[in-house]
Amino acid sequence: MSGLDLARDAAPLVAIRDLAVRFNGVPALRGVDLHVARGEAVGLVGESGSGKSVTWLAALGLLPGSAAISGSVTLEGTQLLGAPAEILDRTRGGRVAMIFQDPASALNPVLTIGRQIGEALALHRGLSGRENAAEARRLLELVGIPDAGRRLSAYPHEFSGGQNQRVMIAMALAGGPDLLVADEPTTALDATIQSQILNLIGEIRRETGMALVLISHDLGVVAETCDRIAVMYAGRIVEEAPADQLFLAPRHPYTRGLIGALPPIEGARRRLVAIPGTVPDPRAMPPGCAFAPRCTQAHAACDRIAPALEIIGPGRRVACLAETAGRGSAPTEVAAE
Amino acid sequence: MLRFATLRLGRAAITIALVVTFAFVVLRLSGDPALIILGPEAPPEAIAAFRKSWGLDASIFVQYVDYFGAILRGDLGRSMRDGRPAILLVAERIPATLALTLPALAIKIGIGVPAGIYAALHRGGPVDRLVMMLAVAGFTVPSFVLGLTLVLIFSVQLGWLPSGGQESWRHAILPVVTLGTGGAAILARFTRSAMLEVLGQPYIRTASAKGVAWRAVVTGHALPNAAIPTVTMVGFMVGSLIAGAVVVESVFSWPGVGRLLVVAVANRDLAVVQCILLLVAGTMVASNLIVDFLYGLLDPRLRAGGRAGAH
Repeated sequence: MSGLDLARDAAPLVAIRDLAVRFNGVPALRGVDLHVARGEAVGLVGESGSGKSVTWLAALGLLPGSAAISGSVTLEGTQLLGAPAEILDRTRGGRVAMIFQDPASALNPVLTIGRQIGEALALHRGLSGRENAAEARRLLELVGIPDAGRRLSAYPHEFSGGQNQRVMIAMALAGGPDLLVADEPTTALDATIQSQILNLIGEIRRETGMALVLISHDLGVVAETCDRIAVMYAGRIVEEAPADQLFLAPRHPYTRGLIGALPPIEGARRRLVAIPGTVPDPRAMPPGCAFAPRCTQAHAACDRIAPALEIIGPGRRVACLAETAGRGSAPTEVAAE
Repeated sequence: MLRFATLRLGRAAITIALVVTFAFVVLRLSGDPALIILGPEAPPEAIAAFRKSWGLDASIFVQYVDYFGAILRGDLGRSMRDGRPAILLVAERIPATLALTLPALAIKIGIGVPAGIYAALHRGGPVDRLVMMLAVAGFTVPSFVLGLTLVLIFSVQLGWLPSGGQESWRHAILPVVTLGTGGAAILARFTRSAMLEVLGQPYIRTASAKGVAWRAVVTGHALPNAAIPTVTMVGFMVGSLIAGAVVVESVFSWPGVGRLLVVAVANRDLAVVQCILLLVAGTMVASNLIVDFLYGLLDPRLRAGGRAGAH
């Protein structure tokens, strides 16, 4: 995991700054800062509703028109928020591809998968006719669909869930993207298929050098695959760290809670600890730290002051008053973004 | 495939048999054709003779069996009123009805479908609200009210168009508009909700996420899916091409099948009513079969005899 800091210092592939989203006035994202470097694998973890998916749907302009979006999302310096449709259409699938949770409903039921993959090839690689079909077949073979040539003319309902996710991956690869955003790609699949899909994504990354953002509510899934992990809570990133450090020494009480809720793989079985309470209602956010009402270490200031995401070490950031002020170092230190 | 077709045809036959039986029971129990056609002052001998000549003196069960047997032999009977074969009477009215219902169907599809699609794509916008308002009005206002209102405005007040009859194409304008408006409203609402349903599906987001321009997402991904429920509604409208204009034909004194049905029911002209009902049931069943066939074309999940799935 060395070179991580280097990656962070170099110009990022995607830079998200102060991204905020409201649906009908109700905040879904409350200022997200996140960088993804070329070739890097970043995990985005949090409960459902914490804003993981919304972050990337907003970044790619895939939210409905009723969403009010502010902040900045740049892809190698090009602003994506509010960008004209032509730029967004070239970016989506061509530079940044996205795959989704339920592959069965994410594929169009009335179009053959050959046509759905071929559409991306035509859009981003200008392939048509026989070339297009040949490349679609190659991609289908690449993602491990047997009898690929014949299966191009099949429809999504003729594939299993795991195979459909492979098709989604093939479709995502069609444009030769620099970044794959995988939104809960294995949640709808059973455990053995899960690891096959994660392995497939890993292999493809090794071959193509494409960056990955893996969105998941499952810390275990992210830990296996990612270099760096950002933990989201109630529409903000509360902690960010290299994957190994996050597990060895989680700093935010919420992260500690998440890790405490994981069953240990080795050693004696222990009682799993659940985080008490529930996620705050986005219509009635606490004025201070959003996690304070559930936090065992909260003190009076936590109810008043919303903590900023501050640098606490190389590649590490945390948004917690107890952690940043309690270290004895300058409590006013602010993330130098 | 063969089993599917046999099943469907069997069901169609049962539907038609039920329609025939139902009409027979209702018409025979609600009045005596002899009394209605000859009048209440007719001498009892004349009534008895009329009953005997039309087989009305037998028990109702025997009449039913005779009647059903005749239909199975392809004999639809004769009109009790003018003695001509019922099928001839009905057949000569069909062109007049189609002259109203076919253009009306074109209006329904030509206006209803695009309006519904546009409204769905601009949900909540002024056009959507206007379309929805017109759509609600279009199918809550009964066709005779709309028809009479149009007559009041365009015939009585403005004097632009005739209020009834079948002398020229101008006579068809008001009945066609009356028929088309309500159907267009229903179809617009139906298409809109089908479109909205489809636009909310994850595969629409997938298409956008792979860089397909919005226009192509709508035409290439959304419309083929939204067509599936819309085709059902259009099929229903095609099925009512023959019988869908009963009220409007009456309002505009248009001599079509609908008018014939009203007169035949009033006269208890059993053979004619039965013949029309058979025709109506037949078109309904046929349009349903066509819809089923179109489903197979539009939706690969329903395609019979498809490739083996990999589940």
